[in-house]
Amino acid sequence: MISYKGQREIKDERDEKRLFETRAWIGFVVIALCILALLGRYVWLQIFAYDRFSTRSETNRVAVHPVAPNRGIIYDRRGRVIADNRPAYRLEIVPENVPGKSSGLDALLDELSTLIVLDEDDREAFHKSRRHYRIFDSVPLKFNLTEREVARFAVNRHRFEGVEVVPYLSRYYPYGELLTHVLGYTGRLDEEDIASVDEGNYRGTRTIGKTGIEQFQEKELHGVSGFERVETNVRGRVLKVLERQDAIPGTDLVLSIDVAVQQAAWDALGDRPGSVVAIDPTDGSVIAMVSKPAYDPNAFVDGISQKAYNDILNAPGRPLFNRALNGGYEPGSTLKPFVGLAGLELGLVTPETRVFSNGKFYIEGYDRPYRDWKDMGHGWVDIRSALEQSVNTYFYKLAMDMGIDRMHDYLAQFGFGSVTGIDVPGEGKGLLPSREWKRTVLEQPWYPGETVIAGIGQGFNVVTPMQLANALAALVNGGKRYAPRLLYATKPAGVERATRVKAPIEMQIPVNDPQDWQTILEGMDRVVNGSRGTARSVAVNAHFRTGGKSGTAQVYQLAANKKDKSKDVAQHLRDHALFIAFAPVDAPRIAIAVIVEHGGGGSKAAAPVARATLDAWLDQELVQELQP
Amino acid sequence: MKNLLPAWVGAPRLDPVLLFLLLLIIVFGLFVLYSASGQDMDMVNRQLLRLGFGLFILLVISQVPPRVLRAWTPWLYGLGVAMLLATLVLGVGRSTQRWLDFGVLRFQPSELMKLAVPMMVAWYLHPKVLPPTFKATSVTIGILLVPTLLIYRQPDLGTALLVAASGVFTLYLAGLRWRVLFGFAGLAAAAAPVLWMVMKEYQRDRVRTFLNPEADPLGTGWNIIQSKIAVGSGGLTGKGWLNGTQSNLEFIPERHTDFILAVLSEEFGLIGVSLLMLIYMLVIARGLYIASLARDTGSRLLAGALSLTLFVYVLVNGGMVSGVLPVVGVPLPLISYGGTSAVTLLAGFGMMMSIYGHRKFIR
Repeated sequence: MISYKGQREIKDERDEKRLFETRAWIGFVVIALCILALLGRYVWLQIFAYDRFSTRSETNRVAVHPVAPNRGIIYDRRGRVIADNRPAYRLEIVPENVPGKSSGLDALLDELSTLIVLDEDDREAFHKSRRHYRIFDSVPLKFNLTEREVARFAVNRHRFEGVEVVPYLSRYYPYGELLTHVLGYTGRLDEEDIASVDEGNYRGTRTIGKTGIEQFQEKELHGVSGFERVETNVRGRVLKVLERQDAIPGTDLVLSIDVAVQQAAWDALGDRPGSVVAIDPTDGSVIAMVSKPAYDPNAFVDGISQKAYNDILNAPGRPLFNRALNGGYEPGSTLKPFVGLAGLELGLVTPETRVFSNGKFYIEGYDRPYRDWKDMGHGWVDIRSALEQSVNTYFYKLAMDMGIDRMHDYLAQFGFGSVTGIDVPGEGKGLLPSREWKRTVLEQPWYPGETVIAGIGQGFNVVTPMQLANALAALVNGGKRYAPRLLYATKPAGVERATRVKAPIEMQIPVNDPQDWQTILEGMDRVVNGSRGTARSVAVNAHFRTGGKSGTAQVYQLAANKKDKSKDVAQHLRDHALFIAFAPVDAPRIAIAVIVEHGGGGSKAAAPVARATLDAWLDQELVQELQP
Repeated sequence: MKNLLPAWVGAPRLDPVLLFLLLLIIVFGLFVLYSASGQDMDMVNRQLLRLGFGLFILLVISQVPPRVLRAWTPWLYGLGVAMLLATLVLGVGRSTQRWLDFGVLRFQPSELMKLAVPMMVAWYLHPKVLPPTFKATSVTIGILLVPTLLIYRQPDLGTALLVAASGVFTLYLAGLRWRVLFGFAGLAAAAAPVLWMVMKEYQRDRVRTFLNPEADPLGTGWNIIQSKIAVGSGGLTGKGWLNGTQSNLEFIPERHTDFILAVLSEEFGLIGVSLLMLIYMLVIARGLYIASLARDTGSRLLAGALSLTLFVYVLVNGGMVSGVLPVVGVPLPLISYGGTSAVTLLAGFGMMMSIYGHRKFIR
């Protein structure tokens, strides 16, 4: 085309059309290339990166939800349920799904409190625990809703986005305070708890054993968490369950505790603080372990308010304190059988060795008298009658002859001064004094007078009721000292029969002459059955023959040379009453230690408690034997 | 009787090929929408109603001769600009001022401009000698810049882009010299930093997110990441209709509107996407063919520009869903849920039908 000035003013339809077609073609080719490039991107995404994105879409879609196992049920020795799971409802909030974030949460709680009782403690606990959860996890707000609350919420449910009522199993202790110090309780899983367990296995778990058996057997009771692979939408709502691995429920436990015996001991103590521990000497199983006063463990299960907790903490008699395991008492005369056995076995005395009691004992060269409880003394006594009448002089002399170190070493074999090894946490050690101990701990020399009173279980000696009962069990079964066991049998989920758990033997105490042991038991038999026995009341109308020993633990340190005037001192300064007993004498099936705080004399206050406990165990046994 | 009616009311002047391709897209789109809406038949029915209305508009416009359409053009353009100014003053709708509320009808004037701008440019260039002179080019740029800036101010980057593109395409098809064209491209590239300065913060966020979506996977990057997962996990053949987990479980935001292509890609795979792209390409090709048949310059430029603009829709939407272009509000033509865009598009195709119906029969 020849171009010259002016030609441009004339519109050339054909030229324009050709120009357009060229442009359209170029345009189309460019477009086609662009679309191809775009498709290239899709090829890359859908073919080459397919695996990666496919996986990501799968993880997007599928969430794994933990399934908490049902906690094992706990039974007593006779099959009574003592720790149960009851269906209950709790309120849970997923903070992420609450409209309006944090301020929305407060408004939500305000509105919820018009339907459901929510106090400051509930709110505080919620906000506290909220920090331990991820934003899309559901956080428990209130446990154990009443039926009314559940119904009220259900009606108003549409108003509360992100809030849900979740069914769960709540721990329940049907016997309440009776077994608190045995079972302990479960409580809300907190941050410290999580650090001590396998977190993965506790992802769905809301509570954990806090004390007692519940804590000690946590691993058995908890079970193995299962999971659900669920398809969720972007807000985490479950649309369907893709796969489910059921949780393995916790192991059911059978405890050696017999609720009937426990109850009898509990009732017999009345409203006096004290403790009763009963052990089967044939196998080391614990039949009863009472500590009084106690508290209702059910209050702790769903989280206890600070106020309620303070009420328990400050209640008279310190109900939180487990006397059976941690109460430290002077054993008093209940230690005499053990000191006597030491004398016989170490060859310091024979069963026939006689000592004259005139009411006062002196250490050579000193003029301070150590008294018998009878002003005029008991006359000539051998070991049996010394036990029968609780003659202090006999044991003063024996202790002097033995010396504190030999006494310590021998008594240590019965477990005094060390933990018994029972299967609950937090047991006390008591104190078995020795020259070594006094030098290293008190940094003082040992005085002979301290040996004398150690012979009758006074001075530095401290025992726990559990120690005392366990030592007695070893004494009456020929020296087999068990680590006592509360756990009697276990029944893992899906197993038909329970498996017996046996108490391990902690030590077989060497026996020089079985006759020595027999002699001591005879002496204890005479405490109950002898004409001059200090606890003859125990034998009245009994279907079985009992041996025992009373004791008195000084609370208010009267001058050692003055007689205790129990009746004149105030209740809280009165001596603790102790009694240890075993029955039947010829083949003991129960060994028991009773402590009644501020009860006064052992035979008067503690012996009847022991008798009631023995009755509950042995009469029941009798009944069972009669029924084939 | 027949003489009493205007001459252009007669037998439908429709291009069966183009109509068939459009219906193909519409039907495919409705199936995808049914899945993307979580099998909400109400939503599908509403969309069906809008598309029906759009097709009615198409039918009406197709009967209007290009000559008449051209006569209306300046009025339409003027009205559009006036309404854009009005929205600026009394607009309604979320935080942006895109809608004009007429009581019974809520209307987005910027949508009108998608048609009015190429029409106006074509109207202006129609009597001119092509390629356009410097003066004509300047006026044309003025014509497209005024509404573009007004729409950008709303702010609606996506529509502004489409409006500008439709004007530029008209110029391009009119034969604007290559060196001028590339000059503008260079100028645009140089202006990018300036653009960044004048962008709104949310627009800058979109660009930042586009450049690195993983930086904020739960916030602004969420759309892109979830969309890419949806596309990628679709694979070659897709997860099957109604089986897209990313969409059914609501991981893809805006899954029935701007991101509906992600749903399609997830459920129908690469095959589905390729098929859709092929149909769009055929529509564009058919549009360009119709343009080449046009009787006059204005019609030719208009039909060509409308065809090329469709490509911008597809490229920008496809690019943003697959994460190669920033997220701007550009719907997938005739498939994304929403009335205005579909009606505008169908009205545009109506004009093409009209141009086709009034084509030269002798080449």
